[in-house]
Amino acid sequence: MVTMPAWIDMLNRKLLRDLWSMKGQAAAIAAVMAAGVTMFVAYFSNFESLQRARATYYEEARFAHVFASLKRAPSHLDGRLRALPGVHDVATRVVVDVTLDVAGMPEPATGRLISIPDRGRPPLNDVFLRRGRWPDASRPDEVLASELFCESHNLRPGDRVGALINGRRRELTIVGVALSPEYVYAIAPGEMFPDTRRFGVFWMNRRSLGAAFDMEGGFNEVSLSLSGDASEAEVIAGVDRLLEPYGGRGAIPQSLQMSAWTLDNELTQLQTFGLLIPAIFLGVAAFVLHVALTRALGLQRTQIAALKALGYSNPAVGWHYVKWALVIASVAAITGVATGAWLGSNLIILYNEFFRFPTLTYHLSPALALLAIAGSLLIAGLGAQAAVRRAVRIPPAEAMRPEPPARYRRSLLEARWRPLRLSFTMRMVVRAIERQPVKALASVTGIAFAVAVLFVGLAFIDVMNTLIEEQFSMTMRQDATLTFVEPLAARVSHEVARLPGVLDIETARIVPARLRAGTRSRTLAVTGLAPAPHLTRVIDRRRGAIELPVQGVLLSQMLGDILSVRAGDTLYVEILEGRRPVRAVTVAGLVDDSLGLQAYMRLEPLHRMLREGNTVSSVALTLDPAARGRFYAAVKTRPAIAGVAMRDTALQNFRDTMAEHMNLSIFINVAFAAIIAFGVVYNSARVSLSERSRDLASLRVLGFTRAEISLILLGEIAILTVVALPVGIGIGYLFGELIMAVFTNEVYRLSFVAAPATMAWTWLTVIAATMVSGLLVRRRLDRLDLVGVLKAPE
Amino acid sequence: MPASAPATLHDPIVRAMPVFTARALTKVYQVGEVRIEALRGVDFDLAPGELVVLLGPSGSGKSTLLNILGGLDLPTTGEVIYADQNLTTATEAALTEYRRFHVGFVFQFYNLIPSLTARENVALVTELVDRPMPPEDALALVGLGHRLNHFPAQLSGGEQQRVAIARAIAKQPSVLLCDEPTGALDITTGVVVLEALERVNRELGTATVVITHNAAIAGMADRVVRLADGRVVGIETHAHKAGARDLQW
Repeated sequence: MVTMPAWIDMLNRKLLRDLWSMKGQAAAIAAVMAAGVTMFVAYFSNFESLQRARATYYEEARFAHVFASLKRAPSHLDGRLRALPGVHDVATRVVVDVTLDVAGMPEPATGRLISIPDRGRPPLNDVFLRRGRWPDASRPDEVLASELFCESHNLRPGDRVGALINGRRRELTIVGVALSPEYVYAIAPGEMFPDTRRFGVFWMNRRSLGAAFDMEGGFNEVSLSLSGDASEAEVIAGVDRLLEPYGGRGAIPQSLQMSAWTLDNELTQLQTFGLLIPAIFLGVAAFVLHVALTRALGLQRTQIAALKALGYSNPAVGWHYVKWALVIASVAAITGVATGAWLGSNLIILYNEFFRFPTLTYHLSPALALLAIAGSLLIAGLGAQAAVRRAVRIPPAEAMRPEPPARYRRSLLEARWRPLRLSFTMRMVVRAIERQPVKALASVTGIAFAVAVLFVGLAFIDVMNTLIEEQFSMTMRQDATLTFVEPLAARVSHEVARLPGVLDIETARIVPARLRAGTRSRTLAVTGLAPAPHLTRVIDRRRGAIELPVQGVLLSQMLGDILSVRAGDTLYVEILEGRRPVRAVTVAGLVDDSLGLQAYMRLEPLHRMLREGNTVSSVALTLDPAARGRFYAAVKTRPAIAGVAMRDTALQNFRDTMAEHMNLSIFINVAFAAIIAFGVVYNSARVSLSERSRDLASLRVLGFTRAEISLILLGEIAILTVVALPVGIGIGYLFGELIMAVFTNEVYRLSFVAAPATMAWTWLTVIAATMVSGLLVRRRLDRLDLVGVLKAPE
Repeated sequence: MPASAPATLHDPIVRAMPVFTARALTKVYQVGEVRIEALRGVDFDLAPGELVVLLGPSGSGKSTLLNILGGLDLPTTGEVIYADQNLTTATEAALTEYRRFHVGFVFQFYNLIPSLTARENVALVTELVDRPMPPEDALALVGLGHRLNHFPAQLSGGEQQRVAIARAIAKQPSVLLCDEPTGALDITTGVVVLEALERVNRELGTATVVITHNAAIAGMADRVVRLADGRVVGIETHAHKAGARDLQW
């Protein structure tokens, strides 16, 4: 301690030694800040890494700018598409969804077959070959398979997969494992969550695929890239005009392409989370720092006076104390950047589970690290400067005098509530709190923040459970949903009802449409359901199950916001199949739902609008668990079935991937919240100790026992903690609502909910942290210097 | 006289000019709910090299006067001239400058920085000025050359006060202001501290003001100014001062 390098000047020696003597407190504050920095770096570096991977991949793979699917068009239309102003390149292809039969999996899976040129690489949406080779044009059953699907089934080049192609079962031979920019995030049509086991993408030579589906000389999908100055809207309008006679289903821009859209939403979310959560943590840290420093400066009052008397200027003394905060913040920031980088590099492995790029390498930019460090220094500086400025401004002569004796009075509690005979020690506790309400309020606020952060962290588990409950037991009450390749006549429902094990059925008509309101539009699927569907229900987050309106369309609240329509407004619905009618439809209502963008109608008005009879495009059904195996086997052989969605597997899948990912974030949030809780509580206990140690030592000299003086100090901490618990829950709700408001996007809308148990766990954790801090502080109480206190002045 | 003493003190003209001239000082404070008139019109002069004792009971206003002379506080009315500078109208920065280069303080409760060693506490001041005395020399002058690396908590009260004196003189100030320097000490240690002050005044020629309520200390002064109730109530000049060692209390 005594020997320090000669170049360290005296004030800096004082700084280092003062910090060393309050190392416990400094470490607690640094831990709180480091937690914030860690989250910032971890979230943001992931955001940056994903963004880089995305930009590079889209560029290298020539990811198209506009996509359109249609029923069938002759190949020569290619030239007319190419001639549209603003179009740079055009790629036409055949895309078909089929039912797969994978060895070792009883339930059927969906395969998307995409054609690739017989010779050369796809001009747009290039396929990245991870392993194996390209299919041989002379062998019609050779395919490339998507990496995620291969991984989840342990498939390797040379393995085979059964597929039901145009009514006939064929064995496809996987010759290569591949990736595509269109399926960075691969989700089966009509599903909510990715299921890598049950949805695979396959690339097949154009000639083989065309032959299998009567698409020789034609195509049913087109992708276009645009030249630099092209207008996306004009190109989309041009494409729609050209494709309309061929059953075009409405062109969409890249931003609405399923994978790109989801990735975009995820990135935005990551970015807002990366700002919001660390901002809350760092704000709490700044507050704690401010409180700790204000009190530390109170104890340094006479030292400040001495420094000023010796000729140190206000700015010099102020800077000396601001440096306290900056040293703590630097240690915190550097630790936070290191742990953030470590955590970030592990988190990105999780992203790799459902976002698949050719390379997704973790990258922490020096700019981000510097920003994190600069940000923490700035926040610490702000937290410190108010405290320092106040302390330094006191004239030295005044600071030299001991603080005027504290004005104690009979506490309000005693005055108001006379029968309450407080014990002597309790009276001291209550009066101490009442005498310095601002200080008590600061302690309560600090502890309340700790409660709030922990509460929000834990409540995320409830939020996820609510989403699962809402999605998998309120909305989806069916066991399986069959989707047909083409809409079928209603009598198919009788056939479905006769499949082995089927107990109950409910039909739906799903039709591609473009909804237009003024200049705004969205291309999506309109779902026609029974008036009061009992299997696929429509659930409002506040109102519960909703009956469909007799007339008009019911939209997701989010979709209403996107189109800027409210109940009663008129919307133009362009149906993108069959006779392609365009109808003005009233928005009958908005439903505040949780997932995706939905538009619902009753079946009859939808059929009327389509000018078709009673058709069905999917059937929801419940199953006898004992007959599942036979049901799967039967479904796998029906060519009319494009896909089967199973609730159990979807739920399992959701829990395995999404929930696993969420749980990790939740765990991290909770761990850091616990650090904050402990840091704040320990800090306020230490501060109380340092302020009261003189009084307490004097009491010991007067003959008070250790237990009695402990009660005075710990009693104060206990009372403040008890007050802070409910306040913290209130702040927690505010934080929670704020986070959910930020979280809301086109993919997810979550409600902030917390179970009573969550509140109980939060309180128990904070109480435990308080008790541990109390015990640590109590050990110091036992070592109070009784003699020193009598000799030395303040 | 050591070579490091300020050359100006030998100049007869400067010597004749007082270090301080304070006129009609009043000071009124509000402490909590109480209004205190600490000074009620005090005149005070200090000549170069002079050792003045301000004597008075608690509450007589002597600390207030010292604080005002030292630029730690401002009077409510009246003015203080140091050399040719009016301290009562000086800015905060000018007062800091004044304290930094011209005044040495010794406080009743030493006010050492507990986290710095004896040598470092002195160096805290010598880092601020241009031609300081080496901290080791300053500590040797007060008889603490052997305790350079001790922290305040490892020193006795008298030793701490001598460190404070060393800290005050190491910057070679024109004036040394001591507020009850022996107030917290017993006789024996008090005498050692006063000897240190006496030696500084004699060897360095630093004009020194010592505040005390202990009349016995008055014997070592060139001049004794008595204060009571915020007013000067008597001035006596000693042709022959007593040595600190001969004081009795």
